[in-house]
Amino acid sequence: MREAATPWERLRQMLLTVGPGALWLGLFVLIPTLIMLVASLMSRGSLGQLVPPLGLHNYLRFFSDPLFVEIIGRSLWIGFWSTVFIMLLGYPLAFYIAQSRHKEVLLLLVVIPFFTNFLIRVYAWIVVFQKEGLLNGLITAFGLPPAELLPSTLAVYVATVYTYLPFFVLPLYAAVERIDWSQLEAAYDLGARPIRAFWEAIFPQTVPGLFAGFLLVFIPAVGTFVIADLLGGGKVTLIGNLIQLQFGSAQNWAFGSAASMVLMAMVLLGLWLYARTQGERGLDKLV
Amino acid sequence: MKRLLSIHAWLVFAFLYLPIVVIVALSFNKSRFGVRFTGLTFDWYIRLFSNERILEYLTNTLIVAVVSTIVSTILGTLLAVGLVRYQFRLQSALRYLLYVPVVVPDVVMGISLLLLFDVVRDAIGWPRLSLFTIILAHISFQIAYVTLVVRARLMLLDPTLEEAAKDLGATPWLTFREVTLPLIMPGVVSGALLAFSLSLDDFVVTFFTAGPGSTTLPLYIYSSVKLGVSPEIHALSTLMVGITILVLLLGTLFWRKRA
Repeated sequence: MREAATPWERLRQMLLTVGPGALWLGLFVLIPTLIMLVASLMSRGSLGQLVPPLGLHNYLRFFSDPLFVEIIGRSLWIGFWSTVFIMLLGYPLAFYIAQSRHKEVLLLLVVIPFFTNFLIRVYAWIVVFQKEGLLNGLITAFGLPPAELLPSTLAVYVATVYTYLPFFVLPLYAAVERIDWSQLEAAYDLGARPIRAFWEAIFPQTVPGLFAGFLLVFIPAVGTFVIADLLGGGKVTLIGNLIQLQFGSAQNWAFGSAASMVLMAMVLLGLWLYARTQGERGLDKLV
Repeated sequence: MKRLLSIHAWLVFAFLYLPIVVIVALSFNKSRFGVRFTGLTFDWYIRLFSNERILEYLTNTLIVAVVSTIVSTILGTLLAVGLVRYQFRLQSALRYLLYVPVVVPDVVMGISLLLLFDVVRDAIGWPRLSLFTIILAHISFQIAYVTLVVRARLMLLDPTLEEAAKDLGATPWLTFREVTLPLIMPGVVSGALLAFSLSLDDFVVTFFTAGPGSTTLPLYIYSSVKLGVSPEIHALSTLMVGITILVLLLGTLFWRKRA
């Protein structure tokens, strides 16, 4: 015999399952964000602590100083072009893997760097780019004088592309695996040439995966501070470095919170645009 | 065309592995500086293991990863079950909140938690920045990943199986334990593994929520890299890459056997 659960019983079960997790997210995700919002409206005390008065002064300072606007521009610029390079490298690779007979092995070859510690991946490029590094070893072997490759914007680009490439290949591979190839044959039957057939029949099927991959790479690339910190060493300041500096040696938590809010607002704006084109289901693809 | 695609693919693989190969090779190189190979040595590994601090950092890293993974897997699994099973007010707000730790840059996550701990400490004198605060911080991002992975698995579930258990008189708890949980177990395990590796890998959130005496391996690598490149770090990196490869290979074999 089946009894409908009483409303009380349902409520109790709901609280037992959803309750602890929801409480945790409220305490450690929602409240910290609200604290950050309030902190961004406060001022810096003589010891760097947060003090009244409240106001929009941190935001005004941020957007009126060309230095900070330039930092935002540079973060978006480097993030964008790194993502473009990643797509150029990763898009054909996903097709190659999907069509290979050794899919599993090739996929593992992408996953290994993905799971290798983030700092080690960045560190590896110091070893390549430093004064007595691999690249200069090659350059001097040809009798040329060693180049100053570190710190440099080039090194930041290379390491960013390297670090986030697997984040793009894996979701795109999932999209390529689901491609309906019969559409390609249909395009050929209708007389399309290979490039046109690919463009009209295959490419549109990968667009959702491309969008998801773009966001998965672009957001962390814009927000990173470690890569620019270790490979750009003061030469390349991104918004992430600015935030770290305010919470570190600059000791201005209020201004750092405002910079953080700006970064967060940019990310949420991007996601909102994404959700509008892909629907909420699209958000699930990001994981 | 096919040929071009394969040349491109192998060049990308070369790019992905070049730096790793360089580090591994240099970790066995006699010369302390430069990339010229002057002879084979295991000195850097011996030096690494004689450094007792490293063991302490490794222990810290593992304590954080194990504790945070256990808590986040339990909370995340329950949350996923509740989200799929019940309709309630604020449900969509909760769903959006779930995406925040996944999409927000980790530097933002790190400083917002630092602010929280600071505000609470000002008010009640607790908690000090320590392993405890790192664990709290890690759970906060892991929970989102676990929930999303388990929820994806739950949505594939045939609801009639649970109905059948209820029709046979099973209590909700018994139904969950005997029917739902075994069916979503692969999702729970994947979620836990993802949570564990996210914790091991995390540098940024840890950086902002760590205090004196709670150095983890990524924090140690960062501070030594700031001082300059060293063969001991090559050796440590090589070991960590080796363990990553080993775990992934074992994992692949395990899943293949089950499938």
